[in-house]
Amino acid sequence: MITSAIIPRPLARIPWRLIFMVGGIGLYGIIVLYSAAGGSVQPWAMKQGMVFLFFLSVAIAISWIREATIKALVFPAYVAIVIMLIGVEVLGFAAKGAQRWLDIGPIRLQPSEFMKPAIALTLARFYDLVPAGEIRRWRAIWPALAILGVPAGLILVQPDLGTCIMVTLCGLTVMYLAGVPLWVFLAPAGTIAVAAPFAYQMLHGYQKKRIDTFLDPESDPLGTGYHIAQSKIAIGSGGVWGKGFLNGSQAHLDYLPEGHTDFAFASLAEEWGLVGGVILILAFGAVIRWGMRVSAVARTRFAQLSAAGLTACIFFYASINLMMVMGLAPVVGVPLPLISYGGSAVMTVMLCLGLLMALERQQRTVSRLD
Amino acid sequence: MKMDNARRFTSAHQSLTFSRRMMLLGAAQAGIGALLIGRMSWLSIAENEHYQLLSESNRVQLIVVPPRRGWIVDRKGKPIAINRSDFRVDIIPDQLERPAQTLATLRRLLNLSPDDFERILRELKGSKGYQPVQVAENVPYEQYAGVTVRLPELAGVQPMRGFSRFYPAGPAVGHLIGYVGAASAAEYEKEKNPLLITPGFKIGKEGLEETLESRLRGIPGGQRVELTARGKLVRELTPKPDRSGGTVQLAIDADLQEFTARRMGEESGSAVILDCLTGDILAMVSMPAYDPNSFSDGIGSMEWKNLSEDPRKPLLNKVLNSLYPPGSTIKPMGALALLRHGINPTDRVHCGGGYQLGNRFFRCLGRHGSVDMRRAIAKSCNTYFYAMGNRIGYDRIAPMARQLGLGQKFDLPVVSQNYGTVPDSAWKARKYAQNRRVVERPDWTNSDTLNASIGQGFLIVNPIQLAVMAARIASGRNLQPRLVGVSRKPAPLIGLDPRHLEAVRGGMWEVVNGDGTAGASRLPLDGIEMSGKTGTAQVRRLSASASRGQGGDWIYRDHGLFVFFAPSDKPRYAGAVVIEHGMGGARAAAPVAKDALTFLFDRQKALASLAALEQQWGGTLAERNARRAAAVKAAAAAATASA
Repeated sequence: MITSAIIPRPLARIPWRLIFMVGGIGLYGIIVLYSAAGGSVQPWAMKQGMVFLFFLSVAIAISWIREATIKALVFPAYVAIVIMLIGVEVLGFAAKGAQRWLDIGPIRLQPSEFMKPAIALTLARFYDLVPAGEIRRWRAIWPALAILGVPAGLILVQPDLGTCIMVTLCGLTVMYLAGVPLWVFLAPAGTIAVAAPFAYQMLHGYQKKRIDTFLDPESDPLGTGYHIAQSKIAIGSGGVWGKGFLNGSQAHLDYLPEGHTDFAFASLAEEWGLVGGVILILAFGAVIRWGMRVSAVARTRFAQLSAAGLTACIFFYASINLMMVMGLAPVVGVPLPLISYGGSAVMTVMLCLGLLMALERQQRTVSRLD
Repeated sequence: MKMDNARRFTSAHQSLTFSRRMMLLGAAQAGIGALLIGRMSWLSIAENEHYQLLSESNRVQLIVVPPRRGWIVDRKGKPIAINRSDFRVDIIPDQLERPAQTLATLRRLLNLSPDDFERILRELKGSKGYQPVQVAENVPYEQYAGVTVRLPELAGVQPMRGFSRFYPAGPAVGHLIGYVGAASAAEYEKEKNPLLITPGFKIGKEGLEETLESRLRGIPGGQRVELTARGKLVRELTPKPDRSGGTVQLAIDADLQEFTARRMGEESGSAVILDCLTGDILAMVSMPAYDPNSFSDGIGSMEWKNLSEDPRKPLLNKVLNSLYPPGSTIKPMGALALLRHGINPTDRVHCGGGYQLGNRFFRCLGRHGSVDMRRAIAKSCNTYFYAMGNRIGYDRIAPMARQLGLGQKFDLPVVSQNYGTVPDSAWKARKYAQNRRVVERPDWTNSDTLNASIGQGFLIVNPIQLAVMAARIASGRNLQPRLVGVSRKPAPLIGLDPRHLEAVRGGMWEVVNGDGTAGASRLPLDGIEMSGKTGTAQVRRLSASASRGQGGDWIYRDHGLFVFFAPSDKPRYAGAVVIEHGMGGARAAAPVAKDALTFLFDRQKALASLAALEQQWGGTLAERNARRAAAVKAAAAAATASA
């Protein structure tokens, strides 16, 4: 927070350090997209910049919402999103072979995106309502599992494995922090380990193939394995200092598929090298650390849990993409927030940040009153 | 639910759990962050070199620029196979903008045949990116100019200067040098070299062009280009220069080769002339021959049919791949074997027209009366060699035949050699064991010896072996025939008694210069004499034909053979001439040898006598060849028109 006689109080109350950090990441992303288009603001950089600025303002606007208001809106919003998810199943049309969009006039809505912050908030609100003594009881667990399971299941059948995994992980993080006994997490983990081979049989062909090629990328060097192989070539060939701005041959000559979307980090690493990549990872780390601090110093249980859940959402977004791009995880189609081209990820992250800023503002306001 | 005090969970507990779990969660997040940074460092530092290489090989592709093929020159540096620049037209598929129109224009401008047009369409469909597809090569200048001026409307068409192989002597070097052609699918499969499928690139297909391929090919250069994943050209990088193939010098004397080929006229046969000190092959001619120039551009099916159906077998290299009974040409060799096994050159045999063996009478071609070795060679008396051969046995003659090169496979850079048979009792037993029907008896009989002694029966050889035999007798040196390079050092001695060699050479001198069988073929030169030995190889058994192979159908006539060396007093050149169905060595083969040797000593005289002969035959070799090619082309055109 900046204290100055010149700057009006409302502006001074905005967490500028975070805004600069996020703005820096966004600018970095726009530079990467400018390069990926061969040194042109069209077709991606310009549009992405506008989307970024729009959602940044939305986030700042959200930061004025009071915690009580958020609390009040959580359950209705959750229900609305679940209804939209069902709507996608019923009314949604197939795009890219998957029903993920809801076409409402001029807007194409992807309700599963909203579910990422919503699940964190909803579970936080749920455990906010559960008395401390009840937390280890079954009745504090099964509603949470239902709250999590219904949207996760709906997203999985769309099918959108990446989003499903993220929603599940966000929800589990909140449950974990709420104090749910460890066996709730360990028992299913054990079950999954046992059931994985059977679950594998039920996956879609392309999902199976992604797992196969993750386990053995050489098995399909020209098909799905091509993505991972070319991405590793891009990152590895960048070296410590990178090939230089606009000099990335992998991205510019189209050897790297999806170099502006899911694999934008590989484009970045090719041109900016290890240094550029580590700076980005550290910047994300700083944003996440800020979010975790918001959670740690929060006064209310809802603020604690929801701040941690929203931060976890940003964390999983970035880390799943980075692990995928570096060949540490299967290609599940999760973009790198604020860097990859596309509005949904920016929207989700900005929603999370806006809510986090709102919670943080609340803390400061409350603390001043104390 | 019942309250359990022991497990009561208070808000204090809750806040403690929350802080503890927050710590663990933060640690896990930091751990994943560290893992990501570690993984990225591993990729970009430890594996950097590996991935940089992969990225480079992604980015840069080499568009092969075929190297110029090395020349083949003769022993004096005169070119035998060279490259002529020509014009070609290619298409870069990636840059082709309006395929249909462009192809139609090209078809009109270049007069493309329907076959060619279809091939281009097929190759364009199968090609991708920047790899050029050939439209036409050897384009006449007018057509090339026509394409060049229309280039602005022909995006993707690339008129280029290329090179085509040219053999100045044409058919005279056909079998010797072979020809070049585009690599076949099988050849590409074997080598997997992208150079082989580069338009305009030719590899050796026959003869020395094939066997010397590695020396002649050179190293391809390349235009290094940066390509996108879809094969689109981004920019050209510094080119890699090509290296022309090496020039290969042959032992061949190109002038002698061409003269000998021309001197063969319309006959079917072969001639080999060696430097009898070193073994250098000065001329190796098989006629008639195809014109390798027309093969380089690919020949029509009509032309191919004509060549393969010609009874004079223009596609067969008769020097290496035709086997003949050597007839009397091996009598000097037989005489050397007799001398080694104690027969005195002055020992006499009475020839009364033949030799009685048991109840069979083996004929001589004349009644020579009492003959010694010299006279037996001069008059080619069979009776002497029947009697003497029978006296020592063929198992003592066969080693001499082998020592002089008969039945031997020489270390020559040629595509194939048929090396025939020098028979003996062990060979016959082996042959009998293998196939009882071919050989009637397992044991070597006296009549086998008699037949082999006059160069008939089981004995079959190729012309280069005969030439080597003549050369080894002439110089007494164990020379090996050589095609590549010029040798300066004479070959080591063969280890035969000089007196024996002298006796045999005397007989061979007599053949030409005494009252021998080839008296008509004395060299028309002062002080230079040729020695030799005639031979006649029967195509049918003596008794089978009333005319005894001296007339009737061409293909039943006897082969004429002649082995020779010159000068007689100080041998330098030796060789063999075989004229298929020439009826006799003296009549058909010796005159060719005479003229070829004359050419070596007095070109003017030889060329004058050749001019007279060529007038009889209806023009020079080149003229007759061109006339024949025109006739074939006309016939082919007529066939297409009627079809």
